[in-house]
Amino acid sequence: MVLIRVDDRLIHGQVVVGWGRQTHMQRIVLVDDELHGSEWEQELYRTGVPDGIAVEFPSVDEAVAAFDGWRTDAPRTIVLLPDVNTVARLGAAVPLGAVNLGGIHDARDRQEWLPYVYLSPSELVLLRTLSDAGVAITAQDVPTARPVPLGELVGR
Amino acid sequence: MSDGLRGVVVTHGTLAGALIDAVAAITGTAEGFVAISNAGCGRERLLEEIETAVGDDPAVVFVDLPSGSCLQASAIFRRSHAHVAVVAGVNLAMLLDFALHREGTPSDAAARAREVGARALQVWEP
Repeated sequence: MVLIRVDDRLIHGQVVVGWGRQTHMQRIVLVDDELHGSEWEQELYRTGVPDGIAVEFPSVDEAVAAFDGWRTDAPRTIVLLPDVNTVARLGAAVPLGAVNLGGIHDARDRQEWLPYVYLSPSELVLLRTLSDAGVAITAQDVPTARPVPLGELVGR
Repeated sequence: MSDGLRGVVVTHGTLAGALIDAVAAITGTAEGFVAISNAGCGRERLLEEIETAVGDDPAVVFVDLPSGSCLQASAIFRRSHAHVAVVAGVNLAMLLDFALHREGTPSDAAARAREVGARALQVWEP
């Protein structure tokens, strides 16, 4: 596993071109309960995956069960999560290690912290809980940008 | 409702606005066009912007890449809006032609745009 990323655009250029090339990605695992149940949307998101890259669409529960395998098996895997709630659910069940905040865009109740990171008060609590549990959380949209640690981003 | 199909151009960065500016510079009008950038937009916001731009009018949504956030939001929008067609791989040639032929159904206009856009791709070598 080479990256765990929260990105509400899911499979898109920054992931495929930016992080995919930098990490020599071989597999994308998109953990999203909604997408897991929609074959049509899975097909849509597959259009953004380069040839030779595997892609899977597990539910959160399936991700929890498979997580240890992703950490140790061969394919260089990027795990994509659609939102903070999903990373919090996953992080409550498995040791995430490090999480990249790559794209959480403006929505109701959210405050801007970076042009690509907006967080609501409840999302902030969830991220701080993960951070307090030892997960290294940084914001970084593309590999060439400076990673911004959560503490620097939002303070304590 | 304006006359003719609406053309909604959804792209990364400022490309959509630049393409529409170019259409206006060449034809003298950008009537019927709306530009949307995905900058700062998650999927939900992009869907909202497309919905606002299309409204109830029949429309063709042009996106820049045949994958990625612009296409994904447009395709998801299209699924529940039968009066819309989506064309990926937008170029200036297809927009110019669309500007002059905004009649007919979105589906017919999309097919025409694909044909015109593809015909514009040429390689000139010595």
